[in-house]
Amino acid sequence: MALNRREFLKSAAAASAASAVGIAVPSNLQAAANDAEKGWRWDKAACRFCGTGCGIMLATKGGKIVAVKGDPAAPVNRGLNCIKGYFNAKIMYGADRLKTPLLRMNDKGEFDKKGKFRPVSWQRAFDEMEKHAKKALKESGPEGVAVFASGQYTIMEGYAAQKMMKAGFRSNAIDPNARHCMASAVVGFYQTFGIDEPSGCYDDIEITDTIVTWGSNMAEMHPILWSRVTDRKLSNPDKVKVVNIQTYTHRTCDLGDFNIIFSPNTDLAIWNYLAREIVYRDKKGGGKEDIIDWDFVNKHMVFATGPVNIGYGMRRKGEKSLTPVRPDGSAGKYTAKEMQTINKEMEKKISAKEAPALAPFGKKEGEVLKNTPGTLKHWEISFEDYKKSLEPYTLDYVAKIAKGDPNESLESFKKKLQMLADLYIEKDRKVVSFWTMGMNQHTRGTWVNTLSYNVHFMLNKQAKPGSGAFSLTGQPSACGTAREVGTFCHRLPADMMVKNPKHRAHAEKVWGVPAGTLNPVGNQHIMKIHRDIEDGVVKFAWVNVCNAYQDSASAKHWIKAAREMDNFIVTSDGYPGISAMVSDLVLPSAMIYEKWGAYGNAERRTQHWRQQVLPVGDAMSDTWQWVEFAKRFTVKDLWGPYTLRNGKKLPDVRKDAKKMGYNDDTTMYEILFANEKAKKNYPLKPNEFPQKGFDNSEAMGDARNVVGSDGKVFKGYGFMIQEYLFEEYASFGRGHGHDLAPFNVYHKVRGLKWPVVDGKETQWRFNVKYDPYAAKANPGGDFAFYGPLAKALPKGDLTGIKDKKKKPLPNKAKIFARPYMDPPEMPDKEYDTWLCTGRVLEHWHSGTMTMRVPELYRAVPEALCYMHPNDAKAKGVKRGELVWVESRRGKVKARVETRGRNRPPQGLVFVPWFDEKVFINKVCLDATCPMSKQTDFKKCAVKIYKA
Amino acid sequence: MAKSSDNSRRKFMATTLQSVGLTAFAGVLWSGYSAEAKAAKLVLRPPGALPEEDFLKACIKCGLCAEACVNRDTNVDKETGKQRPGTLKMAKGGDHKLVGTPFFTPRDVPCYMCDDIPCVPVCPSGALSEASVTDEKGELDIKKARMGLAVVHKESCVAFWGLQCDACYRACPLMDEAISLEYQKNDRTGKHAFLLPVVHSDVCTGCGLCEKACVTEKAAIFVLPTDYATGKAGDHYVKGWDKKDQLRVGDRDMDKIETKTKRSEETPVDYLNKEIAY
Repeated sequence: MALNRREFLKSAAAASAASAVGIAVPSNLQAAANDAEKGWRWDKAACRFCGTGCGIMLATKGGKIVAVKGDPAAPVNRGLNCIKGYFNAKIMYGADRLKTPLLRMNDKGEFDKKGKFRPVSWQRAFDEMEKHAKKALKESGPEGVAVFASGQYTIMEGYAAQKMMKAGFRSNAIDPNARHCMASAVVGFYQTFGIDEPSGCYDDIEITDTIVTWGSNMAEMHPILWSRVTDRKLSNPDKVKVVNIQTYTHRTCDLGDFNIIFSPNTDLAIWNYLAREIVYRDKKGGGKEDIIDWDFVNKHMVFATGPVNIGYGMRRKGEKSLTPVRPDGSAGKYTAKEMQTINKEMEKKISAKEAPALAPFGKKEGEVLKNTPGTLKHWEISFEDYKKSLEPYTLDYVAKIAKGDPNESLESFKKKLQMLADLYIEKDRKVVSFWTMGMNQHTRGTWVNTLSYNVHFMLNKQAKPGSGAFSLTGQPSACGTAREVGTFCHRLPADMMVKNPKHRAHAEKVWGVPAGTLNPVGNQHIMKIHRDIEDGVVKFAWVNVCNAYQDSASAKHWIKAAREMDNFIVTSDGYPGISAMVSDLVLPSAMIYEKWGAYGNAERRTQHWRQQVLPVGDAMSDTWQWVEFAKRFTVKDLWGPYTLRNGKKLPDVRKDAKKMGYNDDTTMYEILFANEKAKKNYPLKPNEFPQKGFDNSEAMGDARNVVGSDGKVFKGYGFMIQEYLFEEYASFGRGHGHDLAPFNVYHKVRGLKWPVVDGKETQWRFNVKYDPYAAKANPGGDFAFYGPLAKALPKGDLTGIKDKKKKPLPNKAKIFARPYMDPPEMPDKEYDTWLCTGRVLEHWHSGTMTMRVPELYRAVPEALCYMHPNDAKAKGVKRGELVWVESRRGKVKARVETRGRNRPPQGLVFVPWFDEKVFINKVCLDATCPMSKQTDFKKCAVKIYKA
Repeated sequence: MAKSSDNSRRKFMATTLQSVGLTAFAGVLWSGYSAEAKAAKLVLRPPGALPEEDFLKACIKCGLCAEACVNRDTNVDKETGKQRPGTLKMAKGGDHKLVGTPFFTPRDVPCYMCDDIPCVPVCPSGALSEASVTDEKGELDIKKARMGLAVVHKESCVAFWGLQCDACYRACPLMDEAISLEYQKNDRTGKHAFLLPVVHSDVCTGCGLCEKACVTEKAAIFVLPTDYATGKAGDHYVKGWDKKDQLRVGDRDMDKIETKTKRSEETPVDYLNKEIAY
């Protein structure tokens, strides 16, 4: 009977829970909860996931993180989180955390590329890495040693990796997954402003009247910002307008006053249509209205353009893996089918669709465009030339090429374009344009980024509270680490460039390395590293805080090269994923709250946290792994002469090293990390804030007594290494518009938006009222676009340079003439459908963390192929059935979904990439923006058929 | 295919028989069985199921619906090519359901709302009514199914805390119809909005994809049999602002027009003939 009664109560309880929606928590339960909190230590941190940069608080007890809460004091999220943030306390505790190094070995215990993974000591792991890195250096020089870096590195990790690679190995082959996510935004910033990162900040949301999203599913990818947008809309529903512009309908469209579905790549045409409306309706452009703020434009803008035949960032003829070309059309390691697309890299016949847009640039339909590799080259043009470039973008032409939903009428689409133009143009209406991967992952990503600023600039709606084009970042520290620290092949900290001799000299001085150490050739971007591995040039590659073998398009090529060629691939990770599986050595990494760290979000906000708990197993941070690796290399090993593959020579700097007090056997550890400056200026102060009461596994070792790289228990470096790395890095930007506050300050505040000048953060850059650097550059004025890059241009017209003499353009920004062009692969008879890939709210990137959180795994256990019901019907497949999604490069099996969150128009499918079992990057094309080298994951042609 | 389905069917029958056999043999379990019969009212039935009482009378416990469910084309595992667990299970001893009857547990496997509803037409007894899931054109329409109703417990639903979740909303196959989001300002933060899930009982089929997707430890949105999850307003009142509301109340039962309370139970004469104290 007891059982009976219990069961009865159970069901009664269920029923009452349903009916009694709204009961309060009884106070005795509340008291019990308070008791349970005793012994919890709460401390602040940043969320592990996206570029929004929410502040969180973590509770630790017994060496584990037991709970998380949104930080009510954090300005970004005021105590809220999305459901990924909600699970920050669980991400480090998946059952299959990597706890010890694993090496592929044969039965004799020797490294064997075909062997099975077996546990090894840290010492053995570093022995193997040292051996293979030295072999790679010997065979290929510095270009043979590469790193897949990350926008999820802490600032300190990124800086340590960058320093060892560029100053130690003299290799610029370090490039982050942020290349896949932000590079087009960066080149857009460089070309337009001469300096990276947005002028505005999230405060724009509360001030603006209009939010336009372009290629951005903010509702799923930046949920906390989206809730701010929603709040803004609720505050004044009649005045505040929300418009979403993308290639398929998604969650963000729910809030739109209207939504525009465009045909892939034609966002270029839509931006130019807006610009055309602005120019041609303006009196000086021949119209009748006063639209352009000529005072602003004349004072602060120049018009510019560049070449159009820049290719699509794919492999080029003559590269080793494309050789030989065979009669059947195949070439080297690429099939004839793959070559159908790759051949467009060399030349492309101008299509009827793009011909009108290219006419002002002197090109005709049917003409064969001979492509050169991408170039950043551009020159100044006149307003008349700019106006001429816009002439083709009439409402008729743009509507014809841009309408993306075959079931929408042309009239309806045209009406929306006109409404959009009216919203931007309306006097005194504030407008923010947000975009994410739709505009960045684009074979003309740099172009479309610059086109956004054109519209805002001509209307004087940029760099002002509530107005501006704002690039949203994907990753938590794509800005803070990848971009600001400069873990890209071509960059140094604080917007300095490896190709600039003055910048190299400055970095060499700060880093205490001989003049001439740094390598001036920085061209091994992330796809180039993959291609260099396939070409046999890169022989040692290390994957840090990313999943380079799941996140790169044309994935089969890179995996085959890693598994079958003579090279050594290392992956450092918290969990085993595809990159680890493809590797020869796997290193267990400390995860985010198991180390001191800092991230920088999309609004230039730098946020620090302390080490909350000890890492699991023998895991150690990536900083530690880099510093230990540095112990294995001496002046003699790395600083001799090299000849790069382009013939350029790196000088022998060993003699100069001696003059600096180093000898042949001084290790990179002693020079780059545990140097006198570090030890003297950054002592451990375990009894003072912020160190007091917190572990520091790198600086002091820890209670686990991990046996380190020398076979002895690791006892710590003996100085505050994270502070040293941060402060040295920060010294690059202070006084140059990138000013960061001191290390300790960040442990007291909820992040600060750089430049931090006299203790104050900056909300709107380039605006004299808000930005001390602008005030200094243009005293008494209103704006100063003071970014220093590419600020002297030759003159010309739309077809080329006419006057090579470079004219300086201090404090000016640029408005670019850039046409619509087709992407290299478009649907045809055989591959008749567009494929777009991206994320879902529940999962982060390749799912290594979120697929291990049971609740998130249950919510979305597999990636689906979202398609239009009519397409499903036409292909004879039902919702829930399995289909093959096949391109010229590969195929995956996925389940069809015709309802729900993503609703593509006919002719397009969306397949997310988080699920390694629906390995969509085997299908995607590795075409990139030829200027930014960022892959276009949003477009390729596929066929769909029943599996 | 035919073979595997035969196998599955045998397996279903075997499990059912086994359970029946066990209960028959073991008297101790009998009380358990009766407990299951009582608890059975909270069970979720397949699409098109008759009202519970009628369903139990009509269901012959043959397992054809569950077999059709597990063997449907859309239930193939990507990696193995084999069938995944089906939505519909035949109750065994210990399931706390009437043994041998089909049911589903959305948190484990929800109903995927197949357009061709394979489980219903195979029902030989009419316990699952094809007519109830057929539209005016005579085509099967899973949207007409009423397996239950999703209910949100707002104290445990993190969206009501202001977190940005809407996992249930995104999982809903009838997104924006069965579950929509209600936007409200979050006065505490001053700059965020609540995006709150609201279930529409006139559309919700009770498929339970929301319950499955819910990210809280125990689902904050869950499906209950419609009777348990719904109230009913009086049919004597029609919303004056809603022209269609009369459809809700339908025609009234003329025998039930008269009301009776303690105050009105006496006849007027009986009442009046009682003297009043003064």
